[in-house]
Amino acid sequence: MSDVILRTEGLTKHYGGVHALQDANFELRRGEHVAIMGDNGAGKSTFVRQITGVEQRTSGRIWFDGREVDFAGPLEAREAGIETVFQNLALADDLDVPSNLFLGREKFWLRLGPFSILDRKAMRAATEAALKRTAVKIPNLSNTIRNMSGGQRQCVAIARTATFASKLIIMDEPTAALGVQETAQVENIIRQLKANGEPLILISHNMRQVFDLVDRIVVFRRGRIVANLNKAETSGEDVVSYITGAKTAPEYEGAA
Amino acid sequence: MAESAHGVGGLSFDASRRSWPNEVNVFIALVVLIVVFEVLNRLNGGSFLFNMRDNVDAIFNRQRLDIMLLQIAIVGIISIGVTQVIILGGIDLSSGSVVGATAMITMSFAQTAMVNGNPNPKAIFGDWAMDLPVIVPIAVGLACGLVAGLINGMLIAYTRIPPFIATLGMMVSARGVSKWWSNGNPISFPTEAYANLANGDLLGRLTFGLVSWPGQNPAVVFFALAILFQLIMIYTVYGKRCYAIGSNEDAARMSGINVASHKVLVYTIAGMLAAVAAILLTSKNLTAQAGMGVMYELDAIAMAVIGGVSLSGGRGSIVGTVLGAMIFSVIISGFTSIQLDAYYQEMVKGAIIVGAVVLDQYRQRRRAARA
Repeated sequence: MSDVILRTEGLTKHYGGVHALQDANFELRRGEHVAIMGDNGAGKSTFVRQITGVEQRTSGRIWFDGREVDFAGPLEAREAGIETVFQNLALADDLDVPSNLFLGREKFWLRLGPFSILDRKAMRAATEAALKRTAVKIPNLSNTIRNMSGGQRQCVAIARTATFASKLIIMDEPTAALGVQETAQVENIIRQLKANGEPLILISHNMRQVFDLVDRIVVFRRGRIVANLNKAETSGEDVVSYITGAKTAPEYEGAA
Repeated sequence: MAESAHGVGGLSFDASRRSWPNEVNVFIALVVLIVVFEVLNRLNGGSFLFNMRDNVDAIFNRQRLDIMLLQIAIVGIISIGVTQVIILGGIDLSSGSVVGATAMITMSFAQTAMVNGNPNPKAIFGDWAMDLPVIVPIAVGLACGLVAGLINGMLIAYTRIPPFIATLGMMVSARGVSKWWSNGNPISFPTEAYANLANGDLLGRLTFGLVSWPGQNPAVVFFALAILFQLIMIYTVYGKRCYAIGSNEDAARMSGINVASHKVLVYTIAGMLAAVAAILLTSKNLTAQAGMGVMYELDAIAMAVIGGVSLSGGRGSIVGTVLGAMIFSVIISGFTSIQLDAYYQEMVKGAIIVGAVVLDQYRQRRRAARA
């Protein structure tokens, strides 16, 4: 098995005449945490949408987990092992934590088609294990999501992606709507994922967070990748100049 | 984001601030209403629930209980389906008309050939449809409900028109069917077996006459179905998906739930429950009329809403609806018992429905403010 979990080659997306993403060549190694940064409209989310099958790319190729893939929809991507935490949390407010974690992939005690009886004990136990693995503390699992704070909700959403032994986790601005304490909690989970060796793509505007958490920073500008920086060899100032266009990495010269 | 009052980062949880289930509130309301009507009756020297006549050896006022149970049972069975639809985030306005159409069609397969030595004066079909085994009209009835529910569900799931519009269309069309079926003539004189469906004593025979009495089969069926569907809603993936779709349809879809096919299933079940109500209603009344079930859909929705089922979907339970049905029936019988005009009954009924929704909204806002 190769060392690379995700690779894209010439990934391009046009919305009519708008070139939202142009010729993106990207690589992610197993266990690596990479941040995607860039101004609004730089193509970050577009890039993620092509990988996760939410949209169909105009051209380009994607390899995931050693084979070339072509996801028809987000479900296929998820089945292949790409879990995404969306900006708008995909949680059912009126269900409790285990039900949300296992939404759409419930464990059954007895299979009876649509009336299959749920194995609530097993789901609860698995939930506790998953929360422990991600170091998420939710005091009462049978509480509904509606009654939880934004941070708790985000933690549940993240724990959900981490529960199913996914091969790649993508987080689209996971702390954008959170307070200081809640952000810290989410960042702890990300560190835990790193310790577990699970690869991650983090979209974030928060420079401090990015420098705290990831190994590598990929900068997008106007639909193109303009820099691929090792955290150890760069600085916040540097990244900002790539984001704003003051600088372009030599290997991407001509791209921007 | 505001820091929540209980704990750093909103991560600790204060169990004492957890609100009790809404069903408890509904139950308290039910008890209060019963007590109020009992007191009002006692002031006039009567009783709401208890037997006051010396010459009858019974604890309860059985006549009134019979009427109340029948009211609860027929519309309550519809309400079980409507509750599931509302939890799913939809609405079903067609159930009353489906009862009407199903009643007419079913009854025409349940007729008996000879009435008091003469041919059945209300016969719809020829001899071939007379004195059929009771399973035939039951199957025909359930099939009617299934078709109506299936059409509702398919329209809503695949054309993506709002449930309100789809079921409004079915409401008008099914009523048309019920009038067209026999040109508006009533269909009467069922076989004995069919009449026994509602007028017999199913539970009495099973429990040696201890629990029920003749004529309460609709109530027995209602409670049995209520328990069955409450269990289904809690313990099966069917129920879980109803709540999931009702509280966040996009999340459900992204989680891989086949939302469309689940909707079809739920509306189909609701249609079939309306058919069960129609079968019991015609059996009870020994006749079917084109106007049967008018306004039942609204009564069924009202029972669910009073029972705490949220019209915005995702919240509520069958238990709540059963309690809501009881409140509904206690109010109607209560007003009758204190000899209040039927006009007032309807006015107050409307006010109670609105009040229940206002209360639900208030609870929702309060909870949102707290989270």
